[in-house]
Amino acid sequence: MSAFLEVKDLHVSFPTGDGVVRAVDGLSFSVEKGKTLAIVGESGSGKSVTAQAVMGLLNRNFADITGQVWLDGQDLLAMSDDQVRELRGESMAMIFQDPMSSLHPFYRIGDQLMEAVRIHHKVSKSEARERAIDALRQVGIPAPERRVDDYPHQLSGGMRQRVMIAMALINSPQLLIADEPTTALDVTVQAQITELMLKLQAETGTTLMIITHDLGVVADMADEVTVMYAGRAVEMGTTDDIYYRPEMPYTLGLLASVPRLDSDLSERLDPIPGNPPSLINLPRGCVFSPRCTFKGEVADNRCATERPELLASTPGHLVRCHLNAAQRQAARESTT
Amino acid sequence: MGGYVVRRVLIMLLLLLLLSFTVFVLFSLLPADVARLTCGKICTPETIEANRIRLGLDKSVIEQYWIFLQGLVLGRTYGQGPGAIVCNAPCLGYSFTRQEPVLKLILDRLPATLFLALGAFVLFLIGGVALGVYSALRRGRWQDKTVMGISLIGYSLPSFFIGLVVIYFVIIRWQLLPFPSYVNPWVDPLQFLQTMILPWLVLAVLYAAFYTRLTRSQMLETLNDDYIRTARAKGLPESVVIRKHALRAGLTPIVTAAGLDFAGLLGGAIILETIFSLPGLGSLAVSAVLSPDLPILVGVTLITASFIIIANLVVDLLYAVIDPRVRLA
Repeated sequence: MSAFLEVKDLHVSFPTGDGVVRAVDGLSFSVEKGKTLAIVGESGSGKSVTAQAVMGLLNRNFADITGQVWLDGQDLLAMSDDQVRELRGESMAMIFQDPMSSLHPFYRIGDQLMEAVRIHHKVSKSEARERAIDALRQVGIPAPERRVDDYPHQLSGGMRQRVMIAMALINSPQLLIADEPTTALDVTVQAQITELMLKLQAETGTTLMIITHDLGVVADMADEVTVMYAGRAVEMGTTDDIYYRPEMPYTLGLLASVPRLDSDLSERLDPIPGNPPSLINLPRGCVFSPRCTFKGEVADNRCATERPELLASTPGHLVRCHLNAAQRQAARESTT
Repeated sequence: MGGYVVRRVLIMLLLLLLLSFTVFVLFSLLPADVARLTCGKICTPETIEANRIRLGLDKSVIEQYWIFLQGLVLGRTYGQGPGAIVCNAPCLGYSFTRQEPVLKLILDRLPATLFLALGAFVLFLIGGVALGVYSALRRGRWQDKTVMGISLIGYSLPSFFIGLVVIYFVIIRWQLLPFPSYVNPWVDPLQFLQTMILPWLVLAVLYAAFYTRLTRSQMLETLNDDYIRTARAKGLPESVVIRKHALRAGLTPIVTAAGLDFAGLLGGAIILETIFSLPGLGSLAVSAVLSPDLPILVGVTLITASFIIIANLVVDLLYAVIDPRVRLA
């Protein structure tokens, strides 16, 4: 099966007064139709910028974007703004992190849903309204015939995120990008939203790209995982690869900082020491090396001087790290 | 919503009552002796005293205020016998120097002020908001800097300066327009427009500067909001995103300012009315100060302040129309 969404050598940088911010630096990945890709990383790793670059939501007056974004055989970056706009909301849709602020506070949710339908399809108001009610019912909003006339402030956070999902899916897009869809929600609601997205994906066969820093979400939903750090992919593979056979010290750190039910309660969680680097002034060698606890094991101080390549350790499992196989094995055992 | 409106109107009426009392007391404290001012050329102590009684000035301030309120509702008669002057309800007072009820004087002057305010309002609101949006969309580029620079000039120049410069060049030097002479628009629409166009433009430039800056900052704020990204993610054309989503969300402070500015203009653009010899409330107030004619001053002050209070109410009610979250509060 060929890739439905394929990103090749994506670079996104923002010229600012302080220097050029390299938000995404040579990122490549692909997702097959109907599959789920998770992009994992902490704040500032470039994952949201990647999503917005795919959606064409970055203002190209302020962002330099190069590379290719192939969606179903079309290069989105080579198309005009208007052509991409026509795909947006129709072939590809997006859900955002904060449902509290992602809906317009002054318009009824029904009107906002109908707007999404009518911009892409010539249908009557009453038909668009029917579709809006159907979409609300599909995402599990009770009494959608009445709720459709509510304003966003009359709904809870979980309900608003359901509305956002309904709005994203109302035109049956083939690609759905979810940018931290559960981060702003209560834990119980998080599980409901995750379940809802899985259910809808199973029903519609939508390709899903989920962006998160929450490895719990990833384990539940993803087929493939790309771990991002400082604008580049540092490890990518199947969900099992990343969970059970992680090799890059950053991934190890991420996993060690997540609480697990099977771990000893007296053990503390291990945070990754330090902060992500400034994207204006990146370290010369491996971008993670300043925070890496294993860099001393690589000879000649290569971690500080030489950028590692993203190389396959096993087929389909790519790692950007100077450690050799035995050292990676040892690192994994020391952290888990 | 209905209860809210009733409550707000009641509060407004109370406020108007309080305001009229304050204005009344303030003016009664002035050192000017109204009885003397209205006594005419042949002035003896007896006529002054007679005047004092006729005007009710021998009574306490509270009593005078009560009579004033009665006059508003029932009308009022000054003096007795054949020389008595009747001021029909609602009586805002009587100008003895002009021999006319204050309300009639104000109503005569209101159209000119109203037309001036209305025309300028439309111009500066449309112009200011349009330029503000334009500027926000080109933030940091030369178009933005030009608009902001010009608006700073418009913001800082005094109206009498712009007014006089415009009169000098347009009317005197280039003779593009005749000298301003106000007529009722139904009598001579052309002359009306020729008279009003310059004061409209001058006021528009002065006020548009503020609205350009306000709109720009509002737009820059709302354009960064999450729901704008949502609107774009839906595939809406940028023009719809800006008009329907961003501008609508940033409208509230613009409506507030516009409502109060409009009310302020209804109180008379004193300087411009004087410069362009428009027979409006502003020039009425100026001549009342110069004569001095206290009943007119009290009347104009009351009417002007009432406009502001009413505008406040209208603005608050408009909030509820713009922002559904206000409706429940």
